[in-house]
Amino acid sequence: MKFTSLLLGLGAAVILLFSSAYTVSETEQVFITQFGKPVGSPVNADPATNQAGLHFKVPFIQQVNRIEKRILEWDGPAVEMPTRDKLYISVDNFARWRISDPQTYYEKLRDERSALSRLNDIIGSETRNSIAGHDLIELIRTLKDRKTVRDEALVGTDSNLGVLPPIQYGRSVLEQQILLTSQPKVKPWGIELLDVRFKRINYKAGVIDKIYSRMASERQQIAERFRSEGAGEAAKIIGRKERDLLAIQSEAYRKEQEIKGKADGQATAIYAQAYNSSPSAADFYQFVKTLETYQKTLAKDTTLVFTSDSDLFRLFKRIGTPTQPAPAR
Amino acid sequence: MKPKGFQDFMPPGLPTWRFPAQLLLLVPVALVLFIGLFSAYFTISPEAVAVVQRFGKFHYVAEPGLHFKLPFGIDTITVVPIRRQLKLEFGFGSPNPSNVDQASDVPDLERDMVTGDLNAAQVEWILHYSITSPKQYLFNVRNPGPTLRDLTESVMRDIIGDRTVDEVLTIGRAEIEADCLGKITILLERFNMGITAEQLQLNNVHPPGPVQRSFDDVNRAQQERETMINEANSEYNRIIPKAKGLAAQRISAAEGFAVQRINEAEGDVARFKELLTQYDKAPAITKQRLYLETMNEVLPKVGAKIILDEDAKQFLPLMNLPAAGTATPAPTR
Repeated sequence: MKFTSLLLGLGAAVILLFSSAYTVSETEQVFITQFGKPVGSPVNADPATNQAGLHFKVPFIQQVNRIEKRILEWDGPAVEMPTRDKLYISVDNFARWRISDPQTYYEKLRDERSALSRLNDIIGSETRNSIAGHDLIELIRTLKDRKTVRDEALVGTDSNLGVLPPIQYGRSVLEQQILLTSQPKVKPWGIELLDVRFKRINYKAGVIDKIYSRMASERQQIAERFRSEGAGEAAKIIGRKERDLLAIQSEAYRKEQEIKGKADGQATAIYAQAYNSSPSAADFYQFVKTLETYQKTLAKDTTLVFTSDSDLFRLFKRIGTPTQPAPAR
Repeated sequence: MKPKGFQDFMPPGLPTWRFPAQLLLLVPVALVLFIGLFSAYFTISPEAVAVVQRFGKFHYVAEPGLHFKLPFGIDTITVVPIRRQLKLEFGFGSPNPSNVDQASDVPDLERDMVTGDLNAAQVEWILHYSITSPKQYLFNVRNPGPTLRDLTESVMRDIIGDRTVDEVLTIGRAEIEADCLGKITILLERFNMGITAEQLQLNNVHPPGPVQRSFDDVNRAQQERETMINEANSEYNRIIPKAKGLAAQRISAAEGFAVQRINEAEGDVARFKELLTQYDKAPAITKQRLYLETMNEVLPKVGAKIILDEDAKQFLPLMNLPAAGTATPAPTR
């Protein structure tokens, strides 16, 4: 009998231990309820102090309620909405949140599913408000003063391509706005919203065609410029070719004439100097040149009529001492 | 005579059948000990570590090898593969992913983006990361994988949203990768996720399908421009060097002419001077000789020769002169 009671006692102690001791993991926060009513302050709820480990409670009548302590995610559904400039876009955003007050959270929402649906409502409506009040570009761009890198070979120097439309606020400001307006609305449920960010913002089907045709026209603009540039460059080169060709040819002509003229001049000077050296030289030159001319001009088809008193044929008439022959004329 | 010894060996007051019952009671105790023994050790493979929690509280990080722990759920272990290079794929998914978060089931939605000049682009990219603090990784954020996916996607759209479509498609890729990685690192530190983003690579970046043709057309036009310029240049190269050569030829010819002209002039003059010297010595006879020599040479070549007497001048008008060029035998020989 001693042994049995020992065993019974041990069993009771174990049961007592298991119903009074409880563990708190690093990832959870715990609050104790007694007959459904919360007692004491929650355990491990403060992010600054780590209370994970073994804890004790009053056995049987007190209950342990475990609530997630880690940062949780809310990933909203993609929702279509119009921007201020009447573009329909599909917006998909997400948020990080944590349960800051486990008791309130448990009392008001009970589970995560209802928490997520509340977040859907709150963040969804704040997102809608914010987007309806801004142009699309405010949702897309973030940095106001970012200088884009422009490929001038592609877009040209003076086109409107490669330039970002200016913004007043930018994406991060809108995200911050949505966060700040949503935070007080979820606080009563024991939820702390840590951040809200846009995940995807895309054009809707009706808009996308317009975007595509604009993109196509932008590209066409670039392509046409390339073609025109090509034709222009080619024309420039052809023009240069013609100019160079004429320059080369005319320069050659000029040099040719200069050289020839100079040579002619020099030859003339040489001749003149020689033939003008004395009166007899001039006379002799005339005589020789005349004879040369005879040689060159008289041919088979020439009919020559002489008179018998010419120097050559005067002997036909009589033999006499020839007078000094007159210079040939 | 009773065999006395048997009773003496038994413990007094205990029946013989109770002894096995006691052993039976020890069986659960042994079982518990047995289970306890088998759940008191664990081994960690080389690419991982284990986070050990005692009563839920962080105890220590166990390195690869054999370790002992308190059984019965007092110590719990969670294995974290910290030395494995993990990756997330966006806009596409390669087969046989190494972790559950590697690819999403909506790659098309991830891919489509709006650029800063309100164009559309399709961007695919990869994020390489590893778990650097297993404790933070387990305890700070509940679903680190999906959270990292969301953050990365959001950051990528931030970055793309501040760039023109040309930067996204061509010239800005390296900058996008670097900026994106930097921003992700900042956010990961803010949430203490225990993850380090190591590398971000842009994969395929395309213009959307319907405008792909227009983008191709730009490339074509660029090629056409080059072709036109090249053709014009080849035309230039075909003509100009040849023209230069021809010009040089003409100039050389002119120079040749000049030399010839002067040489000829000098030759002529030299010859004349020699003649003149002799002429000056006997002008009359030289003249006569030259005259007669010339006549001697010329007259035989002449087709028709008519010699008239001074006194028969009236003959000339009656003579039927042959037409120029027709050879008529000389009437007088």
